[in-house]
Amino acid sequence: MRTFGTPEFLFIVYALRWTLTLTVIAFVGGGLMGILLALLRIARSRALRGLTTFYMQLVQGLPLLVLLFLCYYAPSLFGVEIAALTAAAIALTVNSSAFLGAIWESALRAIPRAQWESADALALTPWKTLRFVIAPQAIRLAMPSTVGFLVQIIKQTSLASIIGFIEITRAGQLVSNATFEPLKAFLSVAALYFAVCFPLTQLSLWLERRTARRGART
Amino acid sequence: MSVVVAKNIRKSFGALQVLKGVSLTVEGGEVVALIGRSGSGKSTFLRCLNGLESIDDGEIEVAGHRMSRKPAELRQLRRDVGIVFQSYNLFPHLTAGENIMLAPVQVKGLPRQAAREEARRCLSLVGLGDRFDAYPDMLSGGQQQRVAIARSLAMQPKVLLFDEVTSALDPELTGEVLAVIENLARGGMTMILVTHEMGFARRVANKTIFMKDGIIHEEGPSAEFFSAPKTPELQAFLRSEVG
Ligand SMILES: Nc1ncnc2c1ncn2[C@@H]1O[C@H](COP(=O)(O)OP(=O)(O)O)[C@@H](O)[C@H]1O
Repeated sequence: MRTFGTPEFLFIVYALRWTLTLTVIAFVGGGLMGILLALLRIARSRALRGLTTFYMQLVQGLPLLVLLFLCYYAPSLFGVEIAALTAAAIALTVNSSAFLGAIWESALRAIPRAQWESADALALTPWKTLRFVIAPQAIRLAMPSTVGFLVQIIKQTSLASIIGFIEITRAGQLVSNATFEPLKAFLSVAALYFAVCFPLTQLSLWLERRTARRGART
Repeated sequence: MSVVVAKNIRKSFGALQVLKGVSLTVEGGEVVALIGRSGSGKSTFLRCLNGLESIDDGEIEVAGHRMSRKPAELRQLRRDVGIVFQSYNLFPHLTAGENIMLAPVQVKGLPRQAAREEARRCLSLVGLGDRFDAYPDMLSGGQQQRVAIARSLAMQPKVLLFDEVTSALDPELTGEVLAVIENLARGGMTMILVTHEMGFARRVANKTIFMKDGIIHEEGPSAEFFSAPKTPELQAFLRSEVG
C-alpha cells in the first residue's frame, strides 16, 4: 500500500489542468451561447423569445448531474461512444449558456429604455446602439455576477468525476483509494479549489463594490 | 421653405386618443413654442415628428424627408432632426466629448479627428469648451443638458426638438440652458420647444401654440398670443401659469 506523499499530491495538482480545461470550455462555449441567448431574449420576434425561454427554463430546471448523465449515456443509444471529457464539456457548456444567458439578459434589460431611445434619435442602427451604447453599460453591470458564475463553473466541473473523468476531485478519489488516506487526499483537493476560487471571489466582490460606488459609469 | 409640415396627426395609446388631428407648419429659422397643461399631448406630438412615436393617421414631412416606418428611411430623417429630452439621456459610460462624437462617427462616418474638432466646437457653443473629458455624472444637471444639446448640434440638424428640457432642473440651472437655446435661436436654428417657461416662449418663440385635449386650441405670433389671448381656456391657462 502507498502512503500519501509528494507524488500523490502532485498527481492531484496535475489533474488541475483538466479542471481548468473543462472550466475554460464551459465558460467560453457557454459564454458565446449565452450572448446569443441574451440577444434573442431581447429580440422583437415572439417566436425566438419563446424558443429561448423554453431552452433556458428547461436547462435551469435540470440538475446538472442529470444533464451530465444524459450527455454521457444518450449517444450510446445511437451506438456512439463519447469520451467523458466531451460529455462533461457539452453538459457544462449547455448549463452555463442558460445561466450566463439569464445574467446577461437581465443586465441588458437593466439599461433604461431612454438610452435606446436617444441612440435611435441620433440615427444609430440597432446594432451600433447595442455595440456602443447598451453593451458597454450592460457588461459593466454584469461583471460581478459573471465572475461569480465562473466560480460556480469551476466547482461544477467536479461532477465530471462521476462519469470517470479525471479532474482534481476524481484524482483525489483515486489517491484516496490507493492510500486509504481520504482526509489528506480531499484536503489537498479542497486547497486547490480554494486557491483557484478565492481570488476570483475577491475579484467579484471588488467589481461589485466598484459598480456600487461609481454608479452606472464604472 | 417649410422645414416641418405636419398634417392632421392622430395618435392613440390603446383606447386613449392623445392627438386628435394636429397640424403644424414651421418655416426655416422659426422658433415655435408648444404650451399647455400636462397630458394635453405636447410631448407625444413632438416625438411623432422624429418617429419616436408612430402616428395612426396624418402626414409628416421633416427637413425634406417623408415620415416612414422603414428603419433605414427613418434614420435618414433622424439625421436631420435633433431632439433633446427632459432627462438629458447622455450615455453615462462615455465622456462629454465621446457622447458628442458617437453619432457623427458612427452615423455619418466622419473621421475621428474631424469629429473631435466638431465636438469641441459644439461644446464651446454651449459654454462647456473645457469639459470635453468629463463624464456625465461629474456634471451638473444644467451642464449635462447643455452637453445633450451639443450632442444634437454635432449632427448639424435642420431642426431641433426640445421636450421640456428645463423641467428636471433646479431654477438656478434653468437659466444657463435657456441662454443656450436663445443663442441658437439668434443663430437662425429652426426649433420646436415644449416648455413651461412662459416668459421664455414669449421672448424667444416667433409663434406659440396652446394645446388642449389633443388639439391645437389657439396659436399665434407670440407677442399677441401672450398679450391678447383670445379663448377663455388660454386666458385661464396663462393666469394659472403666472400664478
Ligand atoms: N407611451 C405611452 N403609453 C401610453 N400612454 C401614453 C404614452 N405616452 C403618453 N401617454 C399618455 O398620453 C397623454 C399625453 O401625454 P403627453 O404627450 O406626454 O402630454 P404633455 O406633453 O402635454 O404633458 C397622457 O395622458 C399620457 O399619459
